[in-house]
Amino acid sequence: MNITKPMHSDQSPNDLDLSIAVTGSGGSGAITCGLILLEAVAAEGLYGLMSRSLGPQIRGGESAAMLRISSEPVDCLDDRFDLLVGLDWRNVERFADEIPLNSHSLIVTDSATDAVPPCLLESQAQVLPLPVHELAANITDGRSNMIVLGIAGYLCGLDLNSLMESTRTGLAKKGSEISEAAALCVEQGFRSVTDRKRLLKQDQMPDKRPLWNISGNEACGLGGLRGGIRFVAAYPITPASDMLEWLSPRLEQMGGSLLQAEDELASINMLIGASFGGVPAMTATSGPGLSLMAEGLGLAVASETPLVVVNVTRGGPSTGLPTKSEQSDLNLALYGMHGDAPHLVIAPLSIADCATSTEWAVGLAERLQSVAIVLTDQFLAQNRAITDPVRPGSFELRRKSAPHSAAPYLRYQLSADGVSPMSTPGLPDCIYTGEGLEHNERGMPSSQAVDHLSQLHKRQHKLETFDYGRYWVETQGDGDLCLFTWGSTAGVVFEAAKRLSAQQIATRVIAIRLLMPLQRDALQELIKTAKRILVVEQNHQAQFFHYLHAQQILPDSAESLARPGPIPFRPGEIVTRVRIWSNG
Amino acid sequence: MKAHPVLKAKNYKSDIKPVWCPGCGHYAVLSALTKALAHLELARENVALISGIGCSSRLPAYLNTYGFHGVHGRALPVASGLKAARPDLTVVAVGGDGDGFSIGGNHFLHACRRNMDLTYIVMDNEVYGMTKGQASPTTAPEWTQSKLTPHGTGIPRFRPAAIALAAGAGFIARGYSGKPADLTHLLVEAIEYRGFAFVQVLSPCQTFRPEQKGWKEQVHPLDPATEDPLQTTNCIQTDDGLTLGVLYRHPMSVWQPIQQPRGSLSRIEEEFLR
Repeated sequence: MNITKPMHSDQSPNDLDLSIAVTGSGGSGAITCGLILLEAVAAEGLYGLMSRSLGPQIRGGESAAMLRISSEPVDCLDDRFDLLVGLDWRNVERFADEIPLNSHSLIVTDSATDAVPPCLLESQAQVLPLPVHELAANITDGRSNMIVLGIAGYLCGLDLNSLMESTRTGLAKKGSEISEAAALCVEQGFRSVTDRKRLLKQDQMPDKRPLWNISGNEACGLGGLRGGIRFVAAYPITPASDMLEWLSPRLEQMGGSLLQAEDELASINMLIGASFGGVPAMTATSGPGLSLMAEGLGLAVASETPLVVVNVTRGGPSTGLPTKSEQSDLNLALYGMHGDAPHLVIAPLSIADCATSTEWAVGLAERLQSVAIVLTDQFLAQNRAITDPVRPGSFELRRKSAPHSAAPYLRYQLSADGVSPMSTPGLPDCIYTGEGLEHNERGMPSSQAVDHLSQLHKRQHKLETFDYGRYWVETQGDGDLCLFTWGSTAGVVFEAAKRLSAQQIATRVIAIRLLMPLQRDALQELIKTAKRILVVEQNHQAQFFHYLHAQQILPDSAESLARPGPIPFRPGEIVTRVRIWSNG
Repeated sequence: MKAHPVLKAKNYKSDIKPVWCPGCGHYAVLSALTKALAHLELARENVALISGIGCSSRLPAYLNTYGFHGVHGRALPVASGLKAARPDLTVVAVGGDGDGFSIGGNHFLHACRRNMDLTYIVMDNEVYGMTKGQASPTTAPEWTQSKLTPHGTGIPRFRPAAIALAAGAGFIARGYSGKPADLTHLLVEAIEYRGFAFVQVLSPCQTFRPEQKGWKEQVHPLDPATEDPLQTTNCIQTDDGLTLGVLYRHPMSVWQPIQQPRGSLSRIEEEFLR
């Protein structure tokens, strides 16, 4: 009995492509197993993606590590899992629908204790019982998750020595006794499998090369630091907190500081204070937190104080699905403010792009003295990718500082490009009071119609006339079938387009990074020759589709493929939809 | 950094005319603050006045130091962010009782706890003046002059000094706009104090609380004048809200950002490399 890759028509075009899930109840170590496996993948010079599914429990909840390993960069999960390893099967039904299997899949289970539940057997997957717990029990400090790591490593075709080395490194903090015991478990697990075909062959392995292991939250943090962020204030919220935890010590290393605020009302206003002081400032939050920040964002817009908010979207509304992904905060990011409040909304298109997009967002916020909302989601933020190193952008966007001159300083001067020179406390000649009331050029409160109109116009004009270069969009192909998308969904759509291309169905993918202000003329040019348009997004109300309609981008014939989280889109789902559609 | 050349109090005033009613207590606070800044010889460009919304929150524009007039209740977060980012500046937050104790009440508690080197001046007139005379957290429960609460609020008053003490503030003072020289002295001490210094200023509202004229006869100094923490704590817990002076002063450890670059971006990037 050998396992083979499923041969269906939507198969990944990558030379090597393998999907593995490890599940277990809380504390069983499924996630640790996945993280070490991902490190071993990087050590082999392969690309990878690891997603995790956790219940909301702090401890004792079920968890699953879901990995994809490939010879090519991967930005989404595949349609099916080749291998599912269960440390135990408690509560697995809660996320069984996140681990699609079929008759080509293999399920590894402990031979002594646990029967594979029917919700998994329905797939007709093959089952391989192995003495997982017994092997662990025979080793001092032995743990079943490390036995499973060895089994998974063998079945994948990873090198034993490199797997053991990744295990030692990954568990180094726990001390040498624990990490050596774990390495021994890995070896025992590895050797416990015989007469099995290995999914990746050693002679297929690519050359070793420098790769990064990074999560989207870390990438946003890095992008912030590269953009010049030296102040962060934030209130903890899932799934944004790990960005803040990553940033805290590193900001300190860079000479910046982080304040844990009492709530999001405070954190956004702390950013305004720091940025007023001349220090680029950023926070991270998620939907409910962004709602609380809306008042402060209006102040930042009115007072033209640059700042960046990374909103890591989770399922909503309210507490919703705090550990699961969705693209449903789009409307809030676009329209959440009171008054006419022009601002920037930027959505990274992949984990790696979180770094570049956030760096760009910082530059734009500083250059345009505006609010930039970076819109990611739990999928991008908490998933880890093995990716090519992400180079810094070359955006050269800085704050326009105040001139040293004898002329009276006008903080809100009506300049040609709408951006007024911004002074910083400490400069003697350009003293001013930042103002949330409508004001005149000098910054004095004014309720005169002429001042309101000219300042409204200035704040809109500076964003609408700025030259955003080419980074605002990614396109692929020039087929008649146009796929519009944004954010984490872009990775799936790009891969679906590749698969469709292999089936001689030509598409044109438009993945928008700069969601606001929308580059209307350029977008209309991009879709001019498209015959049909499908808008793909992960929310229930088709928010992006309606936004594009409101902006008069789409023809009436455009269609929407929108569904909520928590289950991520898979390429096959889009391929199927496009095939039906292209025949229709 | 000292002002050079030395400035007079009037040099700290801007040319903008206050929106305040004639006889408003806030004029005296503005005047006392400029005198305090002149006394401390602070350079105008190194001082930032931060406020929220309300009559008293208009104050920053009336000084020609740096200022920021933000949204209702959030003066302390703006001030805290500024101080964290720019520890070199003298940062003074100002506002009223509604701004500071109601909508901004949570920030007040945490600013006391956080103990950054800030000064917070609350001009307390026990009423929302800008929205035309509603009860504030410090209004007496039986005050019936607001159409919003015609039977009075029925809610005991917010006790700013006691709450600041419980929240961990290290400097708590109460002044009165009718005693401007004493007030100037209090503000000097507050700005000089290393840590979060809270000054409640009884600042009468002529328009909506004309009876506050009577404060002139009712205020009284801390008796006996003492800085013994036990005695001052006792005073704060039991006083009638009209005791003037430094009510509590205690050295505390001050929150300070670490601002010594030790690393580099390339070192941080190396952490990702495999």
